Amino acid sequence: MRLLIVGSGIIGASIARIASMYKDLDVYLVDREADVGWGASKANTGIIHPGHEEDPNLYPLRARLCVEGNRLWRNWARELDIPIRFPGELMLVFEGFEGEAKRYVDLARINGVPGVRLLYRDEAERIEPYISGEAIAAVWAPTAGVISPIDAVIALVENAVSNNVKLLTETEVRRVIVSDGRVKGVETNRGFIEADIVVNAAGIYADEVAGTVGLDYKLKPRRGEYILFDSFVDVKPKHIIHSVPTPMSKGVYVVETIERNLLIGPTAEDLPNDSKNDTSTSIEGLSKILNEASRLLKKLPPRDRIIKFFAGIRPEPPNGDWIIEAYTDPWGFIDVAGIRSPGLTAAPAIAIHVFNLLRDKYDLKLEPKDSWNPYRRGIARIKDKPKRIIKKFIEKDPRYGSIICWCNMVSEAEILEAIDRMKYIGLKTITLDGVKFRSKAMYGFCQGSFCRCRIAYLISRIEGIPLWSVKMNSDKSILGVGDVKSILRGEPHD
Amino acid sequence: MTRYDAVIIGGGPAGLSAALKLREKGFNPLVIESGDRIGGIPFQCIHPGFGLHYLGEDLTGTEFIQRIIDKVEDQGIEYRIRSHVVKIIYSKNRYPYKMIEAISPHGFLEVEAPIIIYTAGARERTLFEIGVTGRRLSGVFTAGEAQAYMDVYGILPGSRIVIIGSGDVGLIMARRFALEGAKVEAVIEMMPWPGGLTRNIVQCLMDYDIPLLLGRMAIRLEGKRRVEGVITIRVDEDLKPIPGSEEYIECDTVVVSAGLIPNVRLLEEMGLAMDPSTRGPIVDDYLESITHHGIFIAGNSLVVNDLVDYVVEQGESAAESASILLSEGVKPRSYVRIARGRNIRFAIPQYISCERDVVLYMRVQKPEYDVRICFEEISKEFRYPVVRPGEMIRLILRKDDLTFLKGLDRLSVEVRRI
Repeated sequence: MRLLIVGSGIIGASIARIASMYKDLDVYLVDREADVGWGASKANTGIIHPGHEEDPNLYPLRARLCVEGNRLWRNWARELDIPIRFPGELMLVFEGFEGEAKRYVDLARINGVPGVRLLYRDEAERIEPYISGEAIAAVWAPTAGVISPIDAVIALVENAVSNNVKLLTETEVRRVIVSDGRVKGVETNRGFIEADIVVNAAGIYADEVAGTVGLDYKLKPRRGEYILFDSFVDVKPKHIIHSVPTPMSKGVYVVETIERNLLIGPTAEDLPNDSKNDTSTSIEGLSKILNEASRLLKKLPPRDRIIKFFAGIRPEPPNGDWIIEAYTDPWGFIDVAGIRSPGLTAAPAIAIHVFNLLRDKYDLKLEPKDSWNPYRRGIARIKDKPKRIIKKFIEKDPRYGSIICWCNMVSEAEILEAIDRMKYIGLKTITLDGVKFRSKAMYGFCQGSFCRCRIAYLISRIEGIPLWSVKMNSDKSILGVGDVKSILRGEPHD
Repeated sequence: MTRYDAVIIGGGPAGLSAALKLREKGFNPLVIESGDRIGGIPFQCIHPGFGLHYLGEDLTGTEFIQRIIDKVEDQGIEYRIRSHVVKIIYSKNRYPYKMIEAISPHGFLEVEAPIIIYTAGARERTLFEIGVTGRRLSGVFTAGEAQAYMDVYGILPGSRIVIIGSGDVGLIMARRFALEGAKVEAVIEMMPWPGGLTRNIVQCLMDYDIPLLLGRMAIRLEGKRRVEGVITIRVDEDLKPIPGSEEYIECDTVVVSAGLIPNVRLLEEMGLAMDPSTRGPIVDDYLESITHHGIFIAGNSLVVNDLVDYVVEQGESAAESASILLSEGVKPRSYVRIARGRNIRFAIPQYISCERDVVLYMRVQKPEYDVRICFEEISKEFRYPVVRPGEMIRLILRKDDLTFLKGLDRLSVEVRRI
């Protein structure tokens, strides 16, 4: 039986991992982009939520899967070598919101979130000296974690591929083909792909995929902007900080990312339906983030330590509830759509939940494989490693001693390994973005102005293509326009 | 552990000229360079204007740096390329030795020296640092990056160019693009005056009919995957955007030329005192850090220069100071602080010992005509027909004049109109 997953975000990739455990399932993971995880998964806050913000009366599934997901990530991260930390989170309470704060402590008890309690100001300040003077108390949730979502997607896909999942990138699903009430496959830009079960995990485009089988719902693109600071700043909160959601603010977070940068955001802005990929930032958005973050912290890091800003699009479902359904009409179509926050946290639990649905609704007998490999190793990095380890690395391969990205200390060996891994999972194009996400080169304060050309040069050599034609992320984002004399030779440029 | 008299971090013009000067004084330096060759950024500068002051000749950057490299090779000065310094271990207890750790394909390099001359150059400000919003798009380069693409790698970044910022590298690149047949739509500068040297405004823009839009700020990039245009807006005297004055310029490439920032991360991590006005370290007239003894800083790591000649001068000066320290040992110094007054953006060095002549490098905040630069406490003034932010002021204060400062803790400098 063939199962085809549309979308290789955190949800599609988690489902692929679970799917790869079973015998007799031929699993395809399909994505329209050149690489995995390039939708909502690559641009979000990266928090593993504790689950005390989910009201089980309103959204029972969200509450349950969030708490479960928080637990599951610990194991998954270990098996897949995904960097993860659990620093805990402080939800700051401002005057007039004490009652709200108590509600989250109650929700924690109801949802079974361990360790959540209300702290008075002085205790909160002892835990986290950077919290703002305005806060009168804080809800402490020790199980909150931080993950790099794009690392997680990459790890999941590498693991899935090692367990025989086939990844097809640059493959856009245009229509799900149904006949006699059953799913037959999908029509793509690369032709028809047969499938018995289609899992719709297409992120913000999931409503369009579902529309082709006659399901009628609309996902709202909700944009969130972020500001990322350099790792060398004098404001370094060790814990996740946000505040009790107020009518004015849905909540900006302050997080130290896995790469030890300070991340603040997001905004929440509903976009028109035709702006599903409008990940542009705005002056208004950025000043809003800075304003809100200044209410959370004693002081903000200096503006001249901002290294970048970016935005992501989250799929907001109607009524706020996730759409997770295994349909019998058409038989074989499964929606995992509108997975808004806490989708990243819940992803492992959602994947397991989807397979429970699939078993129940379709009466499938799924047998586990005899030899399923739960493990995957990340790219070994030399940054922050002790001297003797670095020495060993360089002895083994001198290219570990050739530093390409100076800001973030990434060696040629790591970049070449990133490229190897992109080839291993079957990417058709080696993009600069793909190398960036895997190697962490071009992530630093110079934003690649020193090393991008050297990395592009490595790609061009390996791929046997002209340097100017190396792609940032797609056919429409090519590095240059030709060799330096191409205009003078009269070659056309558009 | 190998010991040297001095370790020089960065093998560009500042570092190499420091190494040559140390050798001339009979010392044994090691140059550590992270790039694939020594020479630094001038290697990619195929335009002229290098060496007018230092060599009395007008050379291209490539020619200029080759002259220095030839001398370095002649003198048999030791250098390591592709070696990335990861750590400087500076221990007050273990004076005077400092340990430098670097990673290279040949292994982990560990050397010791009583002197470090830090000459790691500068990096370019990015689009984010000047607050331009929009999507993440391809076709966005910093000016030096675009220069490397064209003149080291031989590729053309784009065919319709907008340059944001009128720093020198951007002006040079405007001409460079024009020479290769690309259309430079405009150079946009937020300030009411250009950021680069006047000679570059004339030779790189006017000679090629490239429009320079002053008092205009780029606020947003448009495009889906690659840049398709830039939205600009006029700013008022306080640099506040004027609503309704937006203009859209179509292009396929944006080159950011918004100035340089000293590349001093290692020094920041060590805790050297930094000057927010230069974003480089605070030094005395020996170009030695005022907080970290035996660490000298020169070139664009000290202060962003507009001429390579000044960079070389600072390299030599730091080396000369280092050789004094090496031969005569530490002597206690008392300092006078340079107090910046009207229209002085920065002054290097920030502290002076009054023991010798001082070369002072300064920039003004805004252009002014017919001015005097006045040093109040020593009653000294220097007349200038014009001062511009794009052109660094270099002047010399004589030791004899500085003796008037005895008992004072500051020397005030300001620009006055005649």
